[in-house]
Amino acid sequence: MFDFARFSPTRLGAMLAKEFIQMRRDRLTFGMILGIPLVQLVLFGYAINNDPKHLPAVLVSTSADPYSRAIVSALEMTNYYRFDHVASSAAEAEQLLASGDVAFAVTIPSDFGTRVERGDNPTILIEADATDPAAASGAISTLGTVASEALKRERGTDSLRAANQPGALNVVVHRRYNPEGISQYNVVPGLLGVILQLTMVMMTSMALTREAERGTMENLLAMPASPMEIMLGKVLPYLAIGAVQVVVVLGAAKTLFGVPFLGSFSLLLTGILIFVFALVLLGYFISTLARTQMQAMQLTFFFFLPSIMLSGFMFPFRGMPGWARAIGEFLPLTHFNRVIRAIMLKGADYAAISFEMWILIAFVTAYAGLALLRFRTTLD
Amino acid sequence: MTDDPDESVIDVTGLTKRFGNKTVVDHATLKVKRGEIVGFLGPNGSGKTTTIRMICGLLTPDEGSGTVLGFDVLTESLEIKNEVGYMTQKFSFYEDLSIAENLTFVARLYRLSPVSRYVDETLERLGLSSRRNQLAGTLSGGWKQRLALAACIMHQPKLLLLDEPTAGVDPKARREFWDEIHELAGEGLTVLVSTHYMDEAERCHRINYISYGKMIAEGTVTDVVRDSGLVTYLVHGPRLERVATELAGLPGVEQVAPFGNSLHVVGSDPKLLKRALAPLAKRPELSVEPGETSLEDVFIKFMADSTDNMAENGANNEIDA
Ligand SMILES: Nc1ncnc2c1ncn2[C@@H]1O[C@H](COP(=O)(O)OP(=O)(O)OP(=O)(O)O)[C@@H](O)[C@H]1O
Ligand SMILES: [Mg+2]
Repeated sequence: MFDFARFSPTRLGAMLAKEFIQMRRDRLTFGMILGIPLVQLVLFGYAINNDPKHLPAVLVSTSADPYSRAIVSALEMTNYYRFDHVASSAAEAEQLLASGDVAFAVTIPSDFGTRVERGDNPTILIEADATDPAAASGAISTLGTVASEALKRERGTDSLRAANQPGALNVVVHRRYNPEGISQYNVVPGLLGVILQLTMVMMTSMALTREAERGTMENLLAMPASPMEIMLGKVLPYLAIGAVQVVVVLGAAKTLFGVPFLGSFSLLLTGILIFVFALVLLGYFISTLARTQMQAMQLTFFFFLPSIMLSGFMFPFRGMPGWARAIGEFLPLTHFNRVIRAIMLKGADYAAISFEMWILIAFVTAYAGLALLRFRTTLD
Repeated sequence: MTDDPDESVIDVTGLTKRFGNKTVVDHATLKVKRGEIVGFLGPNGSGKTTTIRMICGLLTPDEGSGTVLGFDVLTESLEIKNEVGYMTQKFSFYEDLSIAENLTFVARLYRLSPVSRYVDETLERLGLSSRRNQLAGTLSGGWKQRLALAACIMHQPKLLLLDEPTAGVDPKARREFWDEIHELAGEGLTVLVSTHYMDEAERCHRINYISYGKMIAEGTVTDVVRDSGLVTYLVHGPRLERVATELAGLPGVEQVAPFGNSLHVVGSDPKLLKRALAPLAKRPELSVEPGETSLEDVFIKFMADSTDNMAENGANNEIDA
């Protein structure tokens, strides 16, 4: 009775062939599969602006002079920066920035104090992760004035004189990964995840309810297909559909919005594949819960709305309150967003995103397990 | 399984199914031997489909136990599914798949090989070879039934569970269907078939009658008719509809039904019935003679008897959806 994992390639083949034929005959759904990504891409192709605070930052500083400290505390006073990392080398900061652990790296050179005293032009370097330009813009725009004010106060000179002094503070800002702060760079890769989330989950969530409503479930269950075969037979065809959508969205990302592709393409495809697999299994899990197609639809949206709101797609993840981020961590889309932005915009390698990849794999396993547990081989 | 002709293919006792607080099948016991064709009869909503579903593992019984083809009904439903052909009451193949595609799907699920030979032979036998690419949903009702039947015997099951297989099928196809069933039974296939047709019940080796969840009669048609204890008289003559109104309601008269030029008068107490008919026999224009009780008469009596118990249970037996 518990051999739900019983498996025969022939039976899986039977399921797959049947699903592909049905998919091909369902013209409307087929049109939707291609239409939805295009429409959404155009609709959402705009930036959603925001002004998040308390962004994690790393301080690269080797000197502990009072001027450096004044600038750091003034930056923290703006509420934009939260220095929760201290690095001793530029390479270390670079690493933190690339992995997405921090949004900013503030470098105060070791000769900063001496330069201020000498009346030279002291320089500080601020590197911002601009993949999400909205998140970085507020912090960057206040930065110059705040830092100079702090420096002036520390030197005890009045602001008028200081401003005209040759030793005025020189702030160098590097917008990393997306130097022009183009919103589409951030939105379009995120949009791929959103489109996949909507269409993949919605279509697979009908997988079993459709059979139940048409009355074909009784026949299917009376024949010797195991729960595993039925599950794979139902979700694998949608992996292929997902592939088509990926091509559409990535193609549009390149041609319409000129989004850069920095990282490894095969790594990107691997990430997408795992994500789509998690989504179709989530949809299938929903279809084991829902009794009607209407319920399946509602459950799909129950997952979809938090996914676009709390995954960092619509609002910068770091700008959200703690509870919202906690929910976000339980959404595959959140992790997929991190993976795809890191690969496409930052050129991240496997080491930088392996953790997020494994979380996505955990989602695949969890959804598959839940679906098999919920699947009933009887009609009660 | 051995070839012992007396072995039970279906042997279940006390099968009970409740939906909510409604007991739909109530301690049903059913024994079917190898090679037998057993008819399963009963009014609408009496639990035939539910019983069949429990036998093939599609519903979990709330109570009861037993074996089907030697496998435990409660725990070995997968093994049972492999060797049972179940034809659902409602057409449940894929309407958006063609006839050939549906058959191919079934053949592959049962791992028949070579698939194309099984499919082609089945199409040939059905006479549907020329329409193999027609969508199953566009077939007429009767053809859908015939396709469904062909699909569920393709894997040569040892037990066929047929739920009203001939509903809406024309007489010739019905005759062919029954000929084929008898032929298959001769080769050792066991068949449990639900039906509302009396002539089909008479073509079964044995029948089981279920009334609102309870098995109330079992045996050959002759047995069931005899056990009912019903007596039937035929009244011939003019203006039978008037005679019918006169008779209705008289003590001892349980059923009055016109059949062509005669009136069937049925009752279970021979003395009372004779007394009721005595005045008619004296009229010159009418003739009253003993007749043969039909299976239908018996079933009407069963149903009349069970209306009382229906009323007791209140809304227990609404029209089946
Ligand atoms: N899934 C279910 N949930 C609730 N009630 C059900 C369910 N399935 C069947 N029933 C009820 O169980 C009773 C028996 O139904 P069943 O389909 O077994 O009758 P049947 O003898 O096959 O009738 P028919 O001759 O009309 O096909 C009916 O009253 C029906 O409403
Ligand atoms: Mg029925």
